[in-house]
Amino acid sequence: MSIIDYFRLDSQKSATVAKERLQIIVARQRGNGGSRALDFFIPKLQEDLLDVVKKYVEIDNDQVRMHLDKEGDYEILEVNIPLPEEKLKKLQ
Amino acid sequence: MAKIIVVTSGKGGVGKTTTSAAFATGLALRGYQTVVIDFDVGLRNLDLVMGCERRVVYDFVNVINGEGSLNQALIKDRRVENLYVLPASQTRDKDALTLKGVARVLEALKKRFEYIVCDSPAGIEHGAIMAMYFADEALVVTNPEVSSVRDSDRILGMLASKTRRAVQNLPPIKEYLLLTRYIDKRVDRGDMLSAKDVGEILAIPMLGIIPESTTILQASNAGIPITLDNNSEAGIAYLEVVARFLGEEPPERPKKSIFTKIFGNKN
Ligand SMILES: Nc1ncnc2c1ncn2[C@@H]1O[C@H](COP(=O)(O)OP(=O)(O)OP(=O)(O)O)[C@@H](O)[C@H]1O
Ligand SMILES: [Mg+2]
Repeated sequence: MSIIDYFRLDSQKSATVAKERLQIIVARQRGNGGSRALDFFIPKLQEDLLDVVKKYVEIDNDQVRMHLDKEGDYEILEVNIPLPEEKLKKLQ
Repeated sequence: MAKIIVVTSGKGGVGKTTTSAAFATGLALRGYQTVVIDFDVGLRNLDLVMGCERRVVYDFVNVINGEGSLNQALIKDRRVENLYVLPASQTRDKDALTLKGVARVLEALKKRFEYIVCDSPAGIEHGAIMAMYFADEALVVTNPEVSSVRDSDRILGMLASKTRRAVQNLPPIKEYLLLTRYIDKRVDRGDMLSAKDVGEILAIPMLGIIPESTTILQASNAGIPITLDNNSEAGIAYLEVVARFLGEEPPERPKKSIFTKIFGNKN
């Protein structure tokens, strides 16, 4: 069997293939939780969190890492904010 | 209370302008004071589809900049009572629209009109955001095709996050799916996404299905909104969309109807 045969569409209707592809794309686009709301709540939360931290320490936005994970029924938000040594020393 | 409706899609060329013209005309035919605004600054088209291109003197950007009054810019339709067009400018760039300026014009329009229909430009940039920002309801125009569906999903995300209702924590924009350029035969053959498929993927209420139709091109050639053509299937489908939008069950269609498959039998 050639590769082309393998990928031939007539074993499955192209609309069915399209639907399956879209379901994956859309789920990914909406974040792990599959929810649009979460997608937009996270960036806002991120901004607010940074604003609070910035009240105390000068931080570099590019250094901040946020990551949303799913574990069972929970969404886990991982936030990683490096606090630069020299900025901290000034505070002491 | 005036309602602001954005006609949006993300992807270009899916039928936003056709829909804006048809939908606004349909609302006006039902007796509502209606204005349709072209937000596609630099690439205006709505005036052509509405057949009023030769009457454009002042435009949306002129009004925002105070170079002309709203009354000077509004074009009254000659065929349908209660219908007005606010054209976009041909020459400016998209950044000519500002949130403040748009807000001011919309506030003035709200005093005079019951429905304000905003024809969004394609894309997810500034122009599209300006068109959706103040909306109360959204018609998400989608073709049964993968890239259009994906872009519609992105637009739904933006409606839920980048608009006044989202930012101010107000009740969210009411979103409706409008499937256009639908070809029954191809769906039956299994080589086009069905309305049911697209509805399931995007998961918002379906306001209607507009068939692919040559009458749409003929109507735009002539500058006549398709809802004024009583012989066009697409025109009839758009009138049904208007009826459904107004909360009515449109009358049963004699022919085998794609709607019965999607919306179930209404009895
Ligand atoms: N149901 C339909 N059947 C056949 N042709 C259609 C249909 N709807 C729209 N068209 C055609 O598709 C083309 C694009 O339509 P339209 O200008 O309304 O899209 P648009 O989304 O506003 O595009 P843009 O993103 O460039 O603003 C036009 O030539 C129009 O006549
Ligand atoms: Mg357009």
